[in-house]
Amino acid sequence: MSETNDNSKQEVLPDDTEVDLQAEFKNSQIQEVLDKLDQDLIGLKPVKTRIRETASLLLVDRVRRQLQLSSMAPTLHMCFTGNPGTGKTTVALRMAEILHRLGYVREGHLVSVTRDDLVGQYIGHTAPKTKEVIKKAMGGVLFIDEAYYLYRPENERDYGQESIEILLQIMENNRDDLVVILAGYKNKMDLFFHSNPGMRSRIAHHIDFPDYHTDELFAIAKLMLAEQSYRFSKDGEKAFGDYINKRIQMEHFANARSIRNALDRARLRQANRLFASASKKLTKLDLMTIEAEDILLSRVFKEDRLDSDAETTSSNRS
Amino acid sequence: MMTNLGNRITQGQFSFLPDLTDEQITSQIKWALKNDWAVGVEYTDDPHPRNTYWEMFGIPMFDLKDPAGILLEINECRKTFPNHYIRVMAFDSTQGGESPAMSFIVNRPKQEPGFSVVRQEVDGRAVRYTVRSYAADKPENERYS
Ligand SMILES: Nc1ncnc2c1ncn2[C@@H]1O[C@H](COP(=O)(O)OP(=O)(O)O)[C@@H](O)[C@H]1O
Ligand SMILES: [Mg+2]
Repeated sequence: MSETNDNSKQEVLPDDTEVDLQAEFKNSQIQEVLDKLDQDLIGLKPVKTRIRETASLLLVDRVRRQLQLSSMAPTLHMCFTGNPGTGKTTVALRMAEILHRLGYVREGHLVSVTRDDLVGQYIGHTAPKTKEVIKKAMGGVLFIDEAYYLYRPENERDYGQESIEILLQIMENNRDDLVVILAGYKNKMDLFFHSNPGMRSRIAHHIDFPDYHTDELFAIAKLMLAEQSYRFSKDGEKAFGDYINKRIQMEHFANARSIRNALDRARLRQANRLFASASKKLTKLDLMTIEAEDILLSRVFKEDRLDSDAETTSSNRS
Repeated sequence: MMTNLGNRITQGQFSFLPDLTDEQITSQIKWALKNDWAVGVEYTDDPHPRNTYWEMFGIPMFDLKDPAGILLEINECRKTFPNHYIRVMAFDSTQGGESPAMSFIVNRPKQEPGFSVVRQEVDGRAVRYTVRSYAADKPENERYS
């Protein structure tokens, strides 16, 4: 459609044409998003740096295109690798916002899917399903969580391959309409790319999300509580510190997600405790405070005592 | 028909205008999406004005944010039926609405032979009219080839 773009007719700007990158930056209002990224997300230094760099690159690229120094739309598809709960989905949302503000996507919404949303159950089911998702994501970002499950080498006739092929085509031909972000574990993603070089070659930005340290997890907990107008008591704080140290070594630990879940359960116990002590006079502060006992009742602390106890089977994510 | 040189069928919106460009189609779809209407692509090779129900090309599209997805579908349909009539329909599903809100042609056969009128004299001097597309003499899918 852009065949009418006859370059010879466009006037070539002199080399000393002035460029005000700062103004461009300001106009795009991405600083706001970057600041929010900094404030809302604890740690993640390398990720934040990469996002900042990517934003600068895209900004410069936009200006270069305005000056006719480049004409190709840059490849924007990305890959976010890291363990569960390291903030991939959250950062993808912010990325969509940044791309929107820079004018690389028209709407800036994020459509988050997994294999089940893309791949069908029978012949002829997959293509419409994948296209349906793609159409919804157009104008924004398509976030494919655990993307490697699209590829099942053990089953030669797996429909996932069909989905991959449609995605590849769209990622190449509709670069202006859609940005794809793949997410998942690092090692599985590497394997996936190894067997799908076509996919690898279409991804321009790889960002790795490290696991959080205990102090970061703690800061995340405090931030999450504050967002909901809760706080730890002194003892509660200490108890949660112990909780993190234990939880981190257990199975199914999912970084910030485990923290969020633990806090949800702590709030539940707090509510129960407050209710049980209804005869006592309560204050606003009581309703805001998570005490040590709200934490210490967690299964995590019973683990060593109840190790072989049959009761521990009840839940695996306490 | 007599005012319509070239026998272009004129159904739905914009049909007296020159064919819409993809850019113009995109703007129209934007309007539909802005109103939260579901958008569908339909095709037929039976241009009779009373042929209200065209074939659906896939299911109507709900919850789209951007017209590009619909244009993709239109182009798929054009590829499959390059010489059919193709129209875009927008459906308003809000309660009390529940009716088509937009309908416009986005593809038409290269040659449109137009319609014949058959006059039948009945009951004295009364006349009944039958409108027949010349193309519809042939079976489905062979009409505009
Ligand atoms: N650095 C962080 N600071 C604050 N909250 C975080 C941080 N990383 C993740 N979270 C929170 O943890 C939860 C899980 O994050 P998510 O982005 O879904 O992780 P992933 O997609 O990598 O599994 C979300 O509720 C998110 O808000
Ligand atoms: Mg996630």
